[in-house]
Amino acid sequence: MRTWKNACLATLATASSLLTQLAIAADGAAPAAEQPINWHAIVMFVIFVAITLGITYWAAKRTKTATDFYAAGRGITGLQNGMAIAGDYMSAASFLGIAALVYMNGFYGLIFSVGWLVGWPIILFLIAERLRNLGKYTYADVASFRLQQGPVRTMAAIGSLIVVIWYLIGQAVGAGQLLHTLVPQISYRESIVIVGTLIIVYVTFGGMKATTWVQIIKAALLLGGATLIAIGVMAHEGFSFEKLFTDAVAIHPKHMEIMKSVVPIGAKANPIESISLGLTLMFGTAGLPHILMRFFTVTDAKAARKSVLYGTCFIGYFYILTFIIGFGAIVLVANNPEYVTDITKNILALKGGGSMPAVYLSHAIGGDLFLGFIAAVAFATILAVVSGLTLAGASALSHDIYANVIMKGKSTEAQEVWVSKLCVIGLGILAVLLGIAFEKQNVAYIVALTFSIAACANFPILVLSVFWRGLTTRGAVLGGYTGILGSIGLLIIGPTVWTKVLGNGPAIFPYDFPTFVVLPAVLIVAYVASVTDNSESARKERAAFDAQKVRSETGLGAEAAASH
Amino acid sequence: MSDLSASKIQNNPKYHQLVAQRDSLAWTLSAIVCIMYFGFILMIAFAPDFLTQPLSTGSVVPVGMPLGVGVILVSCILTAIYVRRANHTFDPLTDEIIQESLK
Repeated sequence: MRTWKNACLATLATASSLLTQLAIAADGAAPAAEQPINWHAIVMFVIFVAITLGITYWAAKRTKTATDFYAAGRGITGLQNGMAIAGDYMSAASFLGIAALVYMNGFYGLIFSVGWLVGWPIILFLIAERLRNLGKYTYADVASFRLQQGPVRTMAAIGSLIVVIWYLIGQAVGAGQLLHTLVPQISYRESIVIVGTLIIVYVTFGGMKATTWVQIIKAALLLGGATLIAIGVMAHEGFSFEKLFTDAVAIHPKHMEIMKSVVPIGAKANPIESISLGLTLMFGTAGLPHILMRFFTVTDAKAARKSVLYGTCFIGYFYILTFIIGFGAIVLVANNPEYVTDITKNILALKGGGSMPAVYLSHAIGGDLFLGFIAAVAFATILAVVSGLTLAGASALSHDIYANVIMKGKSTEAQEVWVSKLCVIGLGILAVLLGIAFEKQNVAYIVALTFSIAACANFPILVLSVFWRGLTTRGAVLGGYTGILGSIGLLIIGPTVWTKVLGNGPAIFPYDFPTFVVLPAVLIVAYVASVTDNSESARKERAAFDAQKVRSETGLGAEAAASH
Repeated sequence: MSDLSASKIQNNPKYHQLVAQRDSLAWTLSAIVCIMYFGFILMIAFAPDFLTQPLSTGSVVPVGMPLGVGVILVSCILTAIYVRRANHTFDPLTDEIIQESLK
């Protein structure tokens, strides 16, 4: 507990020194051009941080075993996990991102809302209960259940870590830009350091319990905040969708095109890209390691199942709201000199960058106080997602790589948790450094990268190992690496990285989303490598399928919930 | 899990009934979601004019908008159907199978 107090004191000291700096800036020492301090946002950030640190203290006292640390003692109920799933999944990229896509492109944004939701029924029907019945802490437990631990876990952990680290970079850059735009007195770097410090404190001390409750609170705040914005928009439009869309078409510089374009406005229609995007969004959701990890926190398969129902409903409701918010921003934010950089040039381009429509919309509806609230919600959103990611990354390193690959299952539980906490600190620092390094980089490919690897490596290998008797270690490993390397390779020679980031001229592979090529390739490689595997170990692996199936279908032998 | 219980379960016809029922429900519902969603995606890819035609004359709302929202709502309803079936049918059956394997 002493270390916890020291960490808390350090966090408070950092916070108070920042507040002092703010107060000095507020005293008017700065020139007149300085923006006033957004006290509403700051007060609400501080309240949120204080509550979550309190929860972390509560959780730290109740986190003793590895199961407490990775899986919250498996004591989370279906409803709680449903909220936490929503809190883990609804990132700032989906809140600010879908609203911004709709704001720029209209109808096109709906494709993302739909695609990011339809993975959830698939998770329920095929994955959630079986994952709970077979696994302990990570999805690699399930993928490697009857296969060779070393090679399969290594592949699964690499897949998890690539997804986690790139997802973290995206969140860190988003956090830095958001906080710096809303409170210009806090620099981009300071913003990222605050986020990094907080998540290290949450996760190392409070483990999955603290992470879960941060996600639950964030989900409640985000659903509440988005509901209020949507009500504000609809009240302004006389509660008529027809009027909302008609006004948006009248104001948007592209007018009817926002209802006619099924690709980003200005881009050429591209059927194969549309299909590949659709595949990536759906199956990528079902392969995200931090999402899959949530199913180990519930008491049993029944709670896992219920949690997906709650989660799907919350997320579906939220995505419908983001769509209203995007159109509301066209009506209330675009063409408004208070928010637009230079109204004579482009009535859409906003101060502070492309992700701001939802934030400014809250100001247009409810003034400074509501803006402060939504800003704090967006910040809480980033903290909750980053906590979940960090814990998932640390569990891949400690539970899969350290405990099962390096120590071959001979480490003690205490050693494993200790390594895990070191990994949390390491990943937190890495996220801060990468967030700073990527400040000026074009990070538009991050969604494609993370979701492609999740859709092409994690998801198919997981499903094959659970449903297909014939899968062998050789098939899983070769298939998994085909997914990881194929996705990365094709993204590098694709339009976003090859042309826009590296400036190498026309792309060798003309699509942004490689899933339509890589996913079939993974299935073919895993199939051929498995059926041609005549080794003794492959025979044993196929024979072990029946016992695995009994456990995955009935839950007999599944990890029990802790008694406390 | 004892090997004895596992082999008892594998020889229990109720276990095969459970697996068959749950598999058929799970794969049917998965197929419905995929057909619905990829139907939407294929229309975006190959028939965008159908999706972007106005819902009614004089309206700016494209046909694709209620269809997209419909995909979201139907997905939620299908998850509810699965959970209901699982709670009412599969869980009692699973309990019976486990009880019988422990005898």
